[in-house]
Amino acid sequence: MATLDRVKILVLGDSGVGKSSLVHLLCQNQVLGNPSWTVGCSVDVRIHDYKEGTPDEKTFYIELWDVGGSVGSASSIKSTRAVFYNSVNGIVLVHDLTNKKSSQNLYRWTLEAIYKDSSPTGIIVSNGEYDREQFVENPLPLLLIGTKFDQIPENKRNEVLTRTAFLSEDFNAEEINLDCTNPKYLAAGTTNAVKLSRFYDKVIEKRYFTKDPSQMAGFTDRKRFNFKSLHYD
Amino acid sequence: MSFLVDSVIMFTSQVLFFGFGWLFFMRQLFKDYEVRQYVVQVVFSVTFAFSCTMFELIIFEILGALSSSSRYFHWKLNLYVILLVLIFVVPFYIGYFVVSNIRLLQKQRLLFACMVWFTFMYFFWKLGDPFPILSPKHGILSIEQLISRVGVIGVTLMALLSGFGAVNCPYTYMSYFLRNVTDSDILALERRLLQTMDMIVSKKKRIAMTRRQMFQRGEDQNKQTRFWEMIKSVTSTQTGSENLSQIQQEVDALEELSRQLFLETVDLHATKERIEYSKTFQGKYFNFLGYFFSIYCVWKIFMATINIVFDRVGKTDPVTRGIEITVNYLGIQFDVKFWSQHISFILVGIIIVTSIRGLLITLTKFFYAISSSKSSNVIVLVLAQIMGMYFVSSVLLMRMSMPLEYRSIVTEVLGELQFNFYHRWFDVIFLVSALSSILFLYLAHKQAPEKHMAL
Repeated sequence: MATLDRVKILVLGDSGVGKSSLVHLLCQNQVLGNPSWTVGCSVDVRIHDYKEGTPDEKTFYIELWDVGGSVGSASSIKSTRAVFYNSVNGIVLVHDLTNKKSSQNLYRWTLEAIYKDSSPTGIIVSNGEYDREQFVENPLPLLLIGTKFDQIPENKRNEVLTRTAFLSEDFNAEEINLDCTNPKYLAAGTTNAVKLSRFYDKVIEKRYFTKDPSQMAGFTDRKRFNFKSLHYD
Repeated sequence: MSFLVDSVIMFTSQVLFFGFGWLFFMRQLFKDYEVRQYVVQVVFSVTFAFSCTMFELIIFEILGALSSSSRYFHWKLNLYVILLVLIFVVPFYIGYFVVSNIRLLQKQRLLFACMVWFTFMYFFWKLGDPFPILSPKHGILSIEQLISRVGVIGVTLMALLSGFGAVNCPYTYMSYFLRNVTDSDILALERRLLQTMDMIVSKKKRIAMTRRQMFQRGEDQNKQTRFWEMIKSVTSTQTGSENLSQIQQEVDALEELSRQLFLETVDLHATKERIEYSKTFQGKYFNFLGYFFSIYCVWKIFMATINIVFDRVGKTDPVTRGIEITVNYLGIQFDVKFWSQHISFILVGIIIVTSIRGLLITLTKFFYAISSSKSSNVIVLVLAQIMGMYFVSSVLLMRMSMPLEYRSIVTEVLGELQFNFYHRWFDVIFLVSALSSILFLYLAHKQAPEKHMAL
């Protein structure tokens, strides 16, 4: 069995939005029976066929790193979490559709992961004032996933969907709204499954098939030391 | 007329306290969460407002502000309201939110919440039996019954927190106890953590690949019909799945290890930050304070032991005793009545402010540490309950710190409780809490460098 190439995707979001259930659903195609708090980071792997059905088809490992915690954690926890943010090729942002604060906190999460800034200050403020340029320049592909879709009452659906549409525009990302306890949302052939597949392809393309030299050096070095020697690429 | 003016003053101050509680809730406690049930915020602010009003009334008592009859009236009113909130409202809502979180019982929330409340009332009532807190001449439904029980719980909480705080405060302030953590220690641990994560990832890749191959092979086999081919496929899948379960077990063990390593790394980072903080000016100031507090802590433990062993209860409060000492031994003559009033005001004021501030900070820290988006409502209500009981018992215990003439209002309003019992109980729990905190911190301190060495 030949060793395949890999890409690393972070799964970020507030505590309790359903990241662990989501990752389990994406990788095991099963619903997670007993979700519990994630301490530290839990990883799961999915095998993905890039450009499936074409002659260029190639298989990759997709590592989904589900980092636990909240944006308001102590700085010691943030410094430790920063260890997981190395050589990241894509980010999945997860928010709870029934909780507005979790969507607002996504800006701070992105800042923390991309800029490894342990004290994200007021550049991104929860009022909705933010710096759009930050996200446009950002070369990492993002995907926005809203969970607990089934818990929104019918009359509020439109309002919530408009809000998430704005959010996906801000992040310049695709959005998927689902319920992690129901596999039908990601069944083969649905729009969601197609969006997901396109996202994976985009990440793989950015990592392996772009000729852009600046992208190689961008996110693999850290202030302290280079972890490249520890990973096989 | 004066009663009306006094009532207006009291009411305005209550509104102010309510506003402060509301702001504290929004800005500090629920900073990262969305408030969906405003009931929780209202209940919290109401509890806070009425607790602070009690302290305000004590201050007014000492200062002699407002007329005596209106003060008495407001005391009674405030007490009834706070007991109502602490015994009926808050426990009921706690039960309601706990039941709401459990999916099975969603349909009949109210019914189950009432059941929870009745259980609470039963245990609350039973609490009074083992303690000699009442004289037998009180009726069943008197206010003394309720206050005495609230007092017991509150005093226990106060003593536990005081005991732990008295020991923990010098431990955290003083840099003597800080373990020496270097950057290379942290880097080594981080490297180990990442190596573990890599091992987990590679094993999961094997599992995923094996599953995929099994799936593909299974599909191919479905097309063939030869009997022995099917047997072969069964045996190979069996070894495949045995292999899988073994790898899965290894993965579980590695994941547990990665969690432990993560927590240890967080610990090291926190220690390193504290070391850096201790080098700053503020850090040095706190270190100095730490030495004072350790002496104070030792003295308090000593006094608590003496009180229990010799069955001694102080008759006079520290203010009057201090004045007596200065007058008798140091020969300084001054107007006892005037000064005792002012000094007790300052002393009681300081006690109130520091205990409110200390409690709010502790509650906030506790809340951040254990809350999640599901349980935040329940935890805030539990904290409101603790806060209310804490403040009621502070009033009970504060009686000892006030000169006789001001004690009368507390005695009058709270009824004939056995105050001495509460002080004794406080000393006992304080001693137990302080000693067990010392033991606990000693063990934790000892264990950490050993864990470190094992790397």
